[in-house]
Amino acid sequence: MAYSDQVIDHYNNPRNVGTLDKASTEVGTGLVGAPECGDVMRLQIRVNPETQVIEEAKFKTFGCGSAIASSSLATEWIKGRTVDDALAIKNTDIVKELSLPPVKIHCSVLAEDAIRAAIGDWKKKNSVAETADAAAVAH
Amino acid sequence: MSTVASNVEVPAGLSLPIYMDNHATSPLDPRVLEAMLPYFTVKFGNAASRNHSFGWEAEQAVETAREQIAKLIGATAKEIIFTSGATESNNLAIKGIAEMYRERGNHIITQVTEHKAVLDTCKRLEKYGYRVTYLPVKADGIIDLDDLKRAMDDKTILVSIMAANNEIGVLQPIREIGKLCHEKGVLFHTDAVQAVGKVPVNVIADNIDVLSLSGHKIYGPKGVGALYVRRRNPRVQIAAQIDGGGHERGMRSGTLNVPGIVGLGKACEIAYEEMDTEAAYLRGLRDRLKNKLESELDYIHVNGSMEHRLPGNLNVSFVYVEGESLLMGINDVAVSSGSACTSATLEPSYVLKALGLGDDVAHSSIRFGLGRFNTQAEVDYVADKVIDIVKKLRLLSPLYEMVLEGIDLTKIQWAAH
Repeated sequence: MAYSDQVIDHYNNPRNVGTLDKASTEVGTGLVGAPECGDVMRLQIRVNPETQVIEEAKFKTFGCGSAIASSSLATEWIKGRTVDDALAIKNTDIVKELSLPPVKIHCSVLAEDAIRAAIGDWKKKNSVAETADAAAVAH
Repeated sequence: MSTVASNVEVPAGLSLPIYMDNHATSPLDPRVLEAMLPYFTVKFGNAASRNHSFGWEAEQAVETAREQIAKLIGATAKEIIFTSGATESNNLAIKGIAEMYRERGNHIITQVTEHKAVLDTCKRLEKYGYRVTYLPVKADGIIDLDDLKRAMDDKTILVSIMAANNEIGVLQPIREIGKLCHEKGVLFHTDAVQAVGKVPVNVIADNIDVLSLSGHKIYGPKGVGALYVRRRNPRVQIAAQIDGGGHERGMRSGTLNVPGIVGLGKACEIAYEEMDTEAAYLRGLRDRLKNKLESELDYIHVNGSMEHRLPGNLNVSFVYVEGESLLMGINDVAVSSGSACTSATLEPSYVLKALGLGDDVAHSSIRFGLGRFNTQAEVDYVADKVIDIVKKLRLLSPLYEMVLEGIDLTKIQWAAH
């Protein structure tokens, strides 16, 4: 299978690889996927409690090149956004940006799930009520 | 910034990409090509043309190839039937025997790590009222002979067990299987496509009644294979699956692929002469690769028996690294992976799963298939490159981090999707 230049770029130089302190109240952690499915993404955010802006985002991914690229791109996109803004990111945006083929769409879905899971974890820690929008699309 | 891109230097004189996927197919040996060439343009006759020199010349070449193949497996020339490859050979053997011996019984025994050419053939026969037992394998990839004994009943007509597995290179105890079959009066077919020319296979000593082999796995051409069909003790009868001009003693009609057959014969002749030295050479390279990987990386798992294994095969899981992502990082090396992401079905390798490995370990597997033309310099480069990329991908792997922290991954409630 041929990879797009964007996937190759993110694979070769993944952005924001790393780990944040998951015990911190400012940090939200999303762990999605399963080893037996061949992909696991962990996406973490550090949110400014005043502004609700995601100031830092980190990921680690076990998965194919497209899964690595999807999560790398996701961290790039959510950094600097407010949590509500970040929830607006759709998997289809990732598919488009990375030119993912149909068999790799699940990688983008997983990245969207990871964003939602990380934000959900942060909200839970900080007792922020789920926005109507987020509740509606959560699955 | 973290980077996955490899910075392993390419030694001077090493040409890329490196081919290390010789179980999939092998390059044609130049000596084979040389033998084949005249049969395309000059000696192009139809081996079935009985009334002119073009035909006689082609027929002579085919008979020479039959001898060369027979010699490699301890058979006689008359017992060799030419086919288009091992898939056809397996189909012809299993369907041909099932049809011919239908009145004696309807039970066939095979095992779970066979090639699809055997498994899917058996599945089709099940639709036609045959009963098929698929024996399990042990963790080392080898069947339990007691399982085989227990599976045999008075309706069993055929046992089909491969000589060497295409993914993990594991050798089945064909001699003992054949002995058991002969004691019970059951025919024994073996798909020996990966074994012939790599390890000694002798149809008499190994008690084989029917054997499939292929040209392109032994440095011969694609599109040609053979089926050995025993003529004495017992005389095996096979119902033709392709009807027509009655070629190959009626068992396989169709004009013979003379250049391909000449190539297959030459490939067998070379294998006969060079197998012992080549096996020692490949075993040396394979063990060098294995030792290098094991000395630099933790959490690596060799899949299948190391003791009973093809000399050129190494199948390793680099646990906590997904196979396709590893292949992407070593894109100047041709190997294959049992990862679901590399297959059309999105299912990880059924062979690895049959060994009792978790799907996650199957997803992390790489098959190295060393062959005649690989060099030590290539092995060293491939090892360095794999080590480099695995280390980098593990820095990216949440699973590796969790394991190093002492978290038991099996205790986590994963959200499967």
